[in-house]
Amino acid sequence: MKPHRRKKLGILIFIATGLSLAIGLSLYALSNNIDLFFTPTQVAAGEVTPGQRIRVGGMVKEGSVEHSDETLQVSFITTDYSNDVRIFYSGILPDLFREGQGIVAEGSMTPEGLFVASRVLARHDENYMSVEVKAALDAAEAQRSLVQGAY
Amino acid sequence: MIPELGNFALILAFCLSILLAVVPMVGAARGHVIWISLARPLTAGVFVFLSISLVILGYSFVTDDFSVQFVAQHSNTMLPLQYKVTAVWGGHEGSFLFWTWMLAAWMLAVSIFSKAMPEEFVARVLAVMGLICVGYTLFMLATSNPFDRVLPLPPADGADLNAALQDFAFIIHPPALYMGYVGFSVVFAFAIAALLSGRLDAAWARWCRPWANAAWAILTLGLSLGSWWAYYELGWGGWWAWDPVENPPLITWLLGAAMIHSLAATEKRGVFKSWTILLAIMAFASSLLGTFITRSGLLTSVHAFATDPTRGVYILGFLVFIIGASLLLYAIRAPSLKSEFGFGSFSREIFLLANNLILVVASAAILLGTLYPMVYQAMSDGDLISVGPPYFNTIFVPLMGILVVFMGIGPVSRWKKTSGSYLWSQLSKVALAAIVLGILIPVVLTMDVPLGTIATVTLALWVVFAMLKDLVLKVANKPTVLAGLKTLTMSYWGMQLAHFGFVMTMAGACLTSIYSIERSVLLLPGQSAELGNYTFAFEGTQPVQGPNFIADEATIRVIREGVYLRDLYPQKRLYVASGTPTTQMGIDGRFMRDLFITLGEPRENGGWSMTLYVKPFVRWIWIGTLFIAFGGIIAVTDKRYRRLKVRRTVGSEAKTVVTTTGGEQPV
Repeated sequence: MKPHRRKKLGILIFIATGLSLAIGLSLYALSNNIDLFFTPTQVAAGEVTPGQRIRVGGMVKEGSVEHSDETLQVSFITTDYSNDVRIFYSGILPDLFREGQGIVAEGSMTPEGLFVASRVLARHDENYMSVEVKAALDAAEAQRSLVQGAY
Repeated sequence: MIPELGNFALILAFCLSILLAVVPMVGAARGHVIWISLARPLTAGVFVFLSISLVILGYSFVTDDFSVQFVAQHSNTMLPLQYKVTAVWGGHEGSFLFWTWMLAAWMLAVSIFSKAMPEEFVARVLAVMGLICVGYTLFMLATSNPFDRVLPLPPADGADLNAALQDFAFIIHPPALYMGYVGFSVVFAFAIAALLSGRLDAAWARWCRPWANAAWAILTLGLSLGSWWAYYELGWGGWWAWDPVENPPLITWLLGAAMIHSLAATEKRGVFKSWTILLAIMAFASSLLGTFITRSGLLTSVHAFATDPTRGVYILGFLVFIIGASLLLYAIRAPSLKSEFGFGSFSREIFLLANNLILVVASAAILLGTLYPMVYQAMSDGDLISVGPPYFNTIFVPLMGILVVFMGIGPVSRWKKTSGSYLWSQLSKVALAAIVLGILIPVVLTMDVPLGTIATVTLALWVVFAMLKDLVLKVANKPTVLAGLKTLTMSYWGMQLAHFGFVMTMAGACLTSIYSIERSVLLLPGQSAELGNYTFAFEGTQPVQGPNFIADEATIRVIREGVYLRDLYPQKRLYVASGTPTTQMGIDGRFMRDLFITLGEPRENGGWSMTLYVKPFVRWIWIGTLFIAFGGIIAVTDKRYRRLKVRRTVGSEAKTVVTTTGGEQPV
């Protein structure tokens, strides 16, 4: 092998090792850091493992928001119009959080079956519904029409 | 009637860009002088008609012409004038027109500042950009025309501009971001023209570099302004969220950074030619991908425009066509681009290669995290997931750490061959000093052993010291220091400034992540809360009337260790026309730290919930990016990019121009 060929090969091996190392690490980091999305119906069906960090999304049920007067505790019900999940949160809700609007809550189920959110997201545009919330509503809708069809 | 003229101008711009894409290209291939010479006039035509379109859209906003659908959706009679003008880029259709106009502006700039290049080459560059312009204008005409009317019954008043966008930074953030983003199509066009003509030499790299630097520097500003806007307007106390729409510009930025370094090696040493071309194609592809992600609504994001599948399909088709065609061309022509290959295993080339490898890996990892939810959804039959910031931090932070290590060595090393012992002799003391001070300073200041801070300070000092060492070396054998400093080129200063800015940004980002504290509280008027060394006393709220909003304004006294500092006035606004609430932060920004208050909701007993933040060093992030951008711009002004022009006008046919500065050339 000519010397400059060998050098070229050396560089290629260097690049290949670097890349595969990086890809391996990326995939490892990825596998630890994905948050699955659940619809209220899936939560009600008990599909969620307590303690696992997940996202739950749906519409905020009218009249369901309860503020504490002394602390920052707040709870509300998110719904896909088939099932409800009550969400507990401590902190300030986003500006666009409103009853009847779509939200996504990030957090986990306690062993007692309460959903405690660490973050609540609402969209920045009135007309825009999060892909996740829309999917949740559509799934619940499809389920309902299926059930109705069976009668 | 007026909006129809705008539409007509848009159609004319479309037709002219078809001509621009075809005629000079064919002319260049066949050696047709007249056809080649049409490139510049056609470019000017496209620019003029797109300008007319843009001005007319602005006019429709200013005159409240709500028969234009886009105006009706994004403006309101009560909207202040400056926001009526900026509402032009406040929604999908208008921002795309603005984007396309930016492309035409870059094309015009290329046609003006390209007198030094062969006519035939300029014709090819402009034709490639013309082709991109065809794609953009067609996209507007077919799927998102900003001049669509609501006739015969226009609404009496508009729906108002998104409240979060009624803000100063929003006046400048999108123009800067678009300008930088679109600037990469110039470099892309240069790359394609080089592949077509088979001409890829030092002269090509020298033509290309100012454009690449300029686009990259402006993109830096655009990204930075976006981050700053998100920080003080969205009010979650962060400055970067790894949002699916923030990521593509960052990917473009990283690839662009890789490209300007690789271009340097291509110019100086004739190496990495095909790699540079590939980077130019990838950087442009990532900018198209960003467009696709923002405008297809496929990913959940604060930036996502209204969802319309046909738009997504169109952009995806355009992306596949442009990238497919250029990669095909690359596959055919790249093997003929002979790179030199003479450099040792310790040389500046190798360090630049390491830089490129790290930057490309970082951008690939970000791309993976950004697209993974989409891929996962497609593969798992509709299961939705999201990839959180921890993923991006796990990958990005260590990679940048390694990058910074190389950033100290690269500039000191020499082209072709540097002996390991030379590097050791120059840098061992620098490294030692950085490590000692990097440990000492945090330990003394905090009386603790904060590992993250130690790593950050050490790495930052390492680059700064290596930089100073390099400066000393450059000046050492000159008669006086001043004479030495004068021999250094603008490119060199640009590089040093940009490196310094990068380190400052990184240091700011790390330190603010480590030391930021926050606390959410519920306060009654008269109550106060402590955070860090600060006491925040809530004095109450009073109603405030803005031009198009009403607000509750809180008064909060800030006391630092018993001494009154200042009052802060965060607001909770309600934009009347759209009924949108927003929060106006109360911020006290200093060089070393920011105090930041966001107002939550009122309670029936007169109390307010609010979040208090103390964020040390957060400003360094944006100040650093200013250095980066400034460095990039300074490098563009380097004399040697102009020297070629002088030679050409004298009539020299020399393909390579000998630079006179001799010795080490800056990257």
